[in-house]
Amino acid sequence: MKIVACIKQVPDSAAKVVAEDGKVSWGESPLVINPWDEYAVEAALQQKEAHDGEVIAISMGGESAKEALKHALAMGCDSAILISDEALTGVDTAGTAQVLASAIQKVGEVDLAFFGRQAIDGDAGITPAQTARVLGWPMLGLSAIINVDGGSAKVERSIEEGRQTVSASLPAVLSVVKDFGEPRYPSFMGIRKASRAEIPIWSLADLGIGAPTAVVSWPEIMNPASREVTCEIIQGGTPDEIADKLADKIIAEKVL
Amino acid sequence: MKTWVYIDHFKGEALPASWEAISAAKTLGDSITAVIFGSGVEQLAKTAFEFGADEVLLAEDPALENYRAEPFAATLSKLATEHSPDVILLPTSTRGRELAGMAAIDLNSGVLVDVIGLEVDGDKVIATRPIYAGKLLEKTVCSAKPQIVTLRGRAFPRPEQQSGKSGTLTKVSAETEAKTTVEGYTTAEGGVSLTDAGVVVSGGRGTSNNPNLTPPDGLDEKEAEIWRAQQGFKLVGELASVLGAAVGASRAAVDAGYIPYAHQVGQTGKVVTPDLYIACGISGAIQHLAGMRTSKVIVAINKDADAPIFKVARFGVVGDLFQIVPALTEAFRKKLGK
Repeated sequence: MKIVACIKQVPDSAAKVVAEDGKVSWGESPLVINPWDEYAVEAALQQKEAHDGEVIAISMGGESAKEALKHALAMGCDSAILISDEALTGVDTAGTAQVLASAIQKVGEVDLAFFGRQAIDGDAGITPAQTARVLGWPMLGLSAIINVDGGSAKVERSIEEGRQTVSASLPAVLSVVKDFGEPRYPSFMGIRKASRAEIPIWSLADLGIGAPTAVVSWPEIMNPASREVTCEIIQGGTPDEIADKLADKIIAEKVL
Repeated sequence: MKTWVYIDHFKGEALPASWEAISAAKTLGDSITAVIFGSGVEQLAKTAFEFGADEVLLAEDPALENYRAEPFAATLSKLATEHSPDVILLPTSTRGRELAGMAAIDLNSGVLVDVIGLEVDGDKVIATRPIYAGKLLEKTVCSAKPQIVTLRGRAFPRPEQQSGKSGTLTKVSAETEAKTTVEGYTTAEGGVSLTDAGVVVSGGRGTSNNPNLTPPDGLDEKEAEIWRAQQGFKLVGELASVLGAAVGASRAAVDAGYIPYAHQVGQTGKVVTPDLYIACGISGAIQHLAGMRTSKVIVAINKDADAPIFKVARFGVVGDLFQIVPALTEAFRKKLGK
């Protein structure tokens, strides 16, 4: 069984992110594998182990994204591919989906393509479904429980109203949510293997496609208005007295 | 602008954000068409008219009884190709994101996702949306048509409902080819949905911090900690219940196994914007603040006076949540007559 895990490199979730001269800056914070994508890698590795398959990690990004791919390799992926091309600057989610779909086709005979639910930088969360649409594959989004058996997949999807059980034939695209279970840590052996891995770079020419036209653009990046709040500490002799004052303050804000 | 609003629903019950999208549509100009897919959901058309839709396109088919991405996206794309709307608005729900994304591929257009503000510039919408979990905002545009936009719940007001108001109902045919089979549902435990809630009461690590409690015999250290935290969350739940609020949690509390992930607020959980957010025993890591800092009024109850949560809070109590939270529940019970 051939399995792809699509991952993205993003600034660490603890980064203090600000807009400087209209550009996003995360200071000295490290770039890491998107936290949601670790669940996708974990799900891919579990399928590999269950079905004697191989997992190929794919990322689109600059040279630095090799580090995120190395994390995936250290977790246990068999190989990694970086898609990098100057012409991809400013690409939107639909363009990303076109590129990832082309890469999945070039890998060939892929049964399962795993994604995290969204990237914590752009927060759009639509690239998995768009990739499925480009490929013409079923989309099993937000999967919390995954069972693959005899050419089909049955998943429990985590939706607003609870869980929805859905099945589809392979090949299929799956996105994975945190309910799936904790991703494994890279092993010592895995880290050693990853540090020595040669990661090939595919350009758009390698994929045999032109640069996708971005229809979505983001001309302005802003810092949110700073919240001018001074915290009023409520004090009193007893918990009841404090609670009584606090309740009055909250009621006076007319938010109930 | 010719604006469509996709009415997202679960088993015939519309998400509140579907109606809020009609409010947003009213700011974009002329005609508002509500688009409704399902089976046996004609009553939603009536409600859409009452909330302000001029026209409803209704696709009803047994194949659309359960939401499935492929037939829903194909039906939306086919209708949009036939009618050429300028804008399609959807709620940012699990279904809305998926449907918008797929329709954009079909229509060679793009999606502006999880938008909290809309401006009009000629025949274009300029959307404001949070990125990096709200640490930044971006203004974003789509150069193709239809401009597909998903709207964050509670970012736009609920429109006034005029009972008896009607409009033009047009029944349309559905695309029914599906790649997935829905085998069933397990519905979530009851309670108020976090993202729709006007009030959220959340608990963090501090919920396990009551040394006065003695766990039952036979629990190991970890089980005893979780047992303690559950007593803490019981108090959080009682306060939530008096306020008609949803229960939230910090990532630390979820990771420690105190409460299921569905309750997690923050960068890798849910982003909430209630009118009132009460944080109990939550220190306020940057990832948590990212998920709740746009709440209108934030109240923090924490033992540690230096906890970062106090920097975003309007009111704070430096104290033990095990004393303050039950007292607050009692105070609201009296004052709100419950």
